[in-house]
Amino acid sequence: MKNQKFVPYMERTRLFYQAQGFEKAYTWAHFEGTPFAKPKKPLEDCVVTVVTTAVAHAKIPKPIRRAESIPFTETPARFETSELSWDKETTHTDDRQSYFPLEILNRLAGQGIIKRVSKRFHFVPTQYSHRATINADAPSIAKACEEDEVDIALLIPL
Amino acid sequence: MDIVTHCNVPRYLHNDLPLGNPLGSPGDRETQLESVLSALQLAISAEHSVVQVSDAAWKGDGQWKENYNKVDQSNRQALLRLGQENRKKRAENKARGLAR
Repeated sequence: MKNQKFVPYMERTRLFYQAQGFEKAYTWAHFEGTPFAKPKKPLEDCVVTVVTTAVAHAKIPKPIRRAESIPFTETPARFETSELSWDKETTHTDDRQSYFPLEILNRLAGQGIIKRVSKRFHFVPTQYSHRATINADAPSIAKACEEDEVDIALLIPL
Repeated sequence: MDIVTHCNVPRYLHNDLPLGNPLGSPGDRETQLESVLSALQLAISAEHSVVQVSDAAWKGDGQWKENYNKVDQSNRQALLRLGQENRKKRAENKARGLAR
């Protein structure tokens, strides 16, 4: 790995919420083992999807948002991103292609580099609860990916 | 980088950019394409769990790395107020049954 200084997000976040008066520090999910499976087919035979944290249906209140599998044909021109913790001082999310690669995937499918873009993409809410993410949202997305015969899911959080 | 490697994921392509544009800066079509192609290649070719750092770089200065969620005397009072509002909102949501 290059000699590069990365932002210490865990430490920065701990201090940020401590300064807000939260007494209990957030504990990030941690898995002892890393699940790993190598695709058994070449890229040109793979169906590809996207998992995003950008919000498609902002009318659902944030605390009760669940994972959703949404047809790519219903991709919003602008996702709602204001509730997510990205660097609002430095950049913006006006360019959808900077976080949601629908145009690129369509082009790669057209060029035969991937087989096709999946029928649906997937929204995963950024919530405090590990339980909701691990026991409800992740299995829901995995099931939808199986139904859509997805080979590769690109997880692209903001 | 630290959060994802702490969590443990099968493959991770890191673009060292401000949060918000994981594929490439706004309008930077070249980096956005390169990010998707690199991720797909990782998915196909990696033999074991892997972290790869791309050459993508923010075009402005590196101050964003120091500024993100920074706490100092200039914002300490504002952050305390934000925390109070946040806790109040959470309590209201809970009382309304808005929780998972």
